[in-house]
Amino acid sequence: MPYQVTEKDLYVVDEFMAKPIGHHSPDLQRVLNTLRGADVKGKHCLVCTKPGREWRLAKLSGVRGKPVKLLDKTFDNIDDAERYVFRLRWKQHTGKALPK
Amino acid sequence: MTRIAGYADRVSVTPGETINFMVSSEAPSYRCDIVRIICGDENPDGPGLKEKVVRTAANGTYKGRRQVCYDGSFMEVAPHEAIQGLESFTFQAFIWPTTPDRGTQALISNWRDRDKAGAALIITKQDGSLALCLGDGKGKIEVTATNRPLIPHQWYFVAATYNAETKQITLVQQPLNEYPKVRHGGTVRKKSALKAPGKHDAPLTMGAYFRRIDRERTVCGGFYNGRIDSPRIANRVLSPAEMELAKTRPAEGALATAIVGAWDFSQGITTTAATDLSANALHGSLVNLPTRAVTGWNWDASEMNWRNAPEQYGAIHFHEDDLYDARWEVDFSLTCPKRLRSGVYAARLRGEGGGEEYIPFAVRAPRGAPTAKICFLLPTVSYMAYANTNMAADMGAAQLLVGRLTILNEAGLHRAEHREYGTSLYDSHIDGSGICYSSRLRPILNFRPKALEWIGGTESTLWQFNADTHLTEWLEAKGFEYDVVTDEDLHYEGLSAIEDYTVVLTGSHPEYHSKAMWDAMHAYQQRGGRLMYMGANGWYWRVAFHTEVPGCIEVRRAEDGIRTWIARPGEYYHSFTGEYGGLWRRNARPPQLIVGTGFSAQGFDISSYYVRQPDSFKKEVAWIFEGIGKDERIGDFGLIGGGAAGLELDRADPLLGTPPNTYVLASSEGHTDLYLVVCEELDVNRPNADGTQDPLVRADIVFYETPNGGAVFSTSSIAWCGSLAHNDHDNNVSRMTENVLRRFADPAPF
Repeated sequence: MPYQVTEKDLYVVDEFMAKPIGHHSPDLQRVLNTLRGADVKGKHCLVCTKPGREWRLAKLSGVRGKPVKLLDKTFDNIDDAERYVFRLRWKQHTGKALPK
Repeated sequence: MTRIAGYADRVSVTPGETINFMVSSEAPSYRCDIVRIICGDENPDGPGLKEKVVRTAANGTYKGRRQVCYDGSFMEVAPHEAIQGLESFTFQAFIWPTTPDRGTQALISNWRDRDKAGAALIITKQDGSLALCLGDGKGKIEVTATNRPLIPHQWYFVAATYNAETKQITLVQQPLNEYPKVRHGGTVRKKSALKAPGKHDAPLTMGAYFRRIDRERTVCGGFYNGRIDSPRIANRVLSPAEMELAKTRPAEGALATAIVGAWDFSQGITTTAATDLSANALHGSLVNLPTRAVTGWNWDASEMNWRNAPEQYGAIHFHEDDLYDARWEVDFSLTCPKRLRSGVYAARLRGEGGGEEYIPFAVRAPRGAPTAKICFLLPTVSYMAYANTNMAADMGAAQLLVGRLTILNEAGLHRAEHREYGTSLYDSHIDGSGICYSSRLRPILNFRPKALEWIGGTESTLWQFNADTHLTEWLEAKGFEYDVVTDEDLHYEGLSAIEDYTVVLTGSHPEYHSKAMWDAMHAYQQRGGRLMYMGANGWYWRVAFHTEVPGCIEVRRAEDGIRTWIARPGEYYHSFTGEYGGLWRRNARPPQLIVGTGFSAQGFDISSYYVRQPDSFKKEVAWIFEGIGKDERIGDFGLIGGGAAGLELDRADPLLGTPPNTYVLASSEGHTDLYLVVCEELDVNRPNADGTQDPLVRADIVFYETPNGGAVFSTSSIAWCGSLAHNDHDNNVSRMTENVLRRFADPAPF
């Protein structure tokens, strides 16, 4: 049975927001494994538009040869992109938006 | 985005030799400059892109044109009267379809698509069942199907007969395995309403149907995914008993006069030829390297090596996305100038109005006349293994491995769309079978400066070729003179390619080696050569080069190791050579025998650092640590994951061959839990095999001497080279590397 992310996991959110990439507690890692582990169809990814300085949010098509879809959202650092997508995926999994 | 893509016909040149470039350009024209590649990393936090234009006769503006890449494999038999003159006929074969629901797929095709003339045994797009397609060449097509959808990955005997006098068609779809209440076979008899199948002058094809010729290339459609075994063509309707005999003894007795073609794919498995057993000698040629040395309809698992029971390996696995050689026309050539310094170069193409492409190649020193003591062995075989990998776009687990969003750049978008350029030995075919062949005779959009690779850690996010430019950047910044030799040179020339050099440096990830390469490096070491292993996961997979056609390697992801696909049982032996494939470790040659350390763990989020071990304080190795404090963390900085120890990590292990005279100088620590011990170490799976709990998650820096004044220094981390440039090259990773390189380049004994 895959792990289900619910509001009971809210306690790991602060840890993620403080450091989206790197060492994480086992509880946060379990949540991230769920949020990041979806199949590729419609999955968010980043397209680097200025090396080391700008990344654009995009979605994978999940179909070979079908282009990646670029979205109207850019970031000037990777951590902010991670936080943004974390919120999207959190809502998708739990049905509720994360508190600001 | 305007796109330009191209490739070269060779991976290295020596002065005076000529290299040809093939280009497809959406831009109406493009400027070509030959550039020396120093650093391909565009990250503004690093040394930045560094390249130098070299004046050559090839520099200039060229007219752009589009060239098409036709992927998909098939067998082709040149037009022959024995086939074209057929009136009545029988087609038969064993098939193992893998995607019967993916539209029309031709099995045996005596067909010209231009005017829909001829006959073809196909899988029909209507319901994925076997069908005979007849066309009168005047617009009428008749498809007779069994209407019993084929089940993927099941063997069937299939046949179609046509009687030209009675117009009687018989279609046989006979499963080799039956299942209760599953109806996936049957025989259909029907009279054709066509006057006769149309005559034509097209070649006979299998695995696809003939469309046209484009610039000497046979262009096909209706590509089949799956296996064909023992295909036969007869010039009359065979009885069931004759079909049975034709399966295994087509050339015997009275039957031989009816058989016009009987192909035995178990012959010449190492070649691109398909042997016809019939008197007509209608030998076929295989286009785009469909997979050979695969188990056939009669494989009974009593033998795992195709050389010992070739009669059970009479199948070829065709794929709609196989590709060997794009066979583009040459757009320009470069005759390597006599005084061009050895190094990594590229043809840099910039399109009028946009678009950019680099086509890298190595320039070697003149044969037998090295121009430096130092040799950088460019790991081009490993670049081929990762060529055009699309795991970032196709693999759901990718973001789990890297612990963040996967990142693509323009080159990544380009190759995710242009699947006809083929992908890597890490990807799978559209039918799920693993890709075991990779060639360099096609655009390889990640064997480029500026290329990002999702798996390359945080910061610069580089892998293979572009990551290796961190090393060339450092060599040039430090003023070291070096020659470049490629893996392929080492394979074909053996020891002589490197024996004149005092020290050889590897790239960051020299993972794939043929036996010839392994033997040459071992011989170099035994003769006093010195080796600096500047990465990790080296000497891991065994590969074979095709012995007939250039620029193509094979891997069989056999019994063990980190595998994104797994070879099927009975298919662990290379088709190119018959050698047992898989890990070198499983071939009794663990990497520790060559570089003292071997693959131990991997993770792809952030990198870490090393701490000195007791051996590092011994006076015999004090020279390695000159200028480095005893408590310094080594490499807690860098452009690959932010540290020198990262991505893939190797460790010393006497049980796997680390020599007893080895000094373990430093070991990494502090890895995240996304770092996991490699599969081949997990005899029993266990919950503590991660970066914060398992001592096997570490990289060991080692030094040891080899016979006749030789030595090995191993960094054991893919991320090492990414730390060299930190602080304007003034850092302890750079210092240690420089200490070792200067000492290794000095031929004095240790």
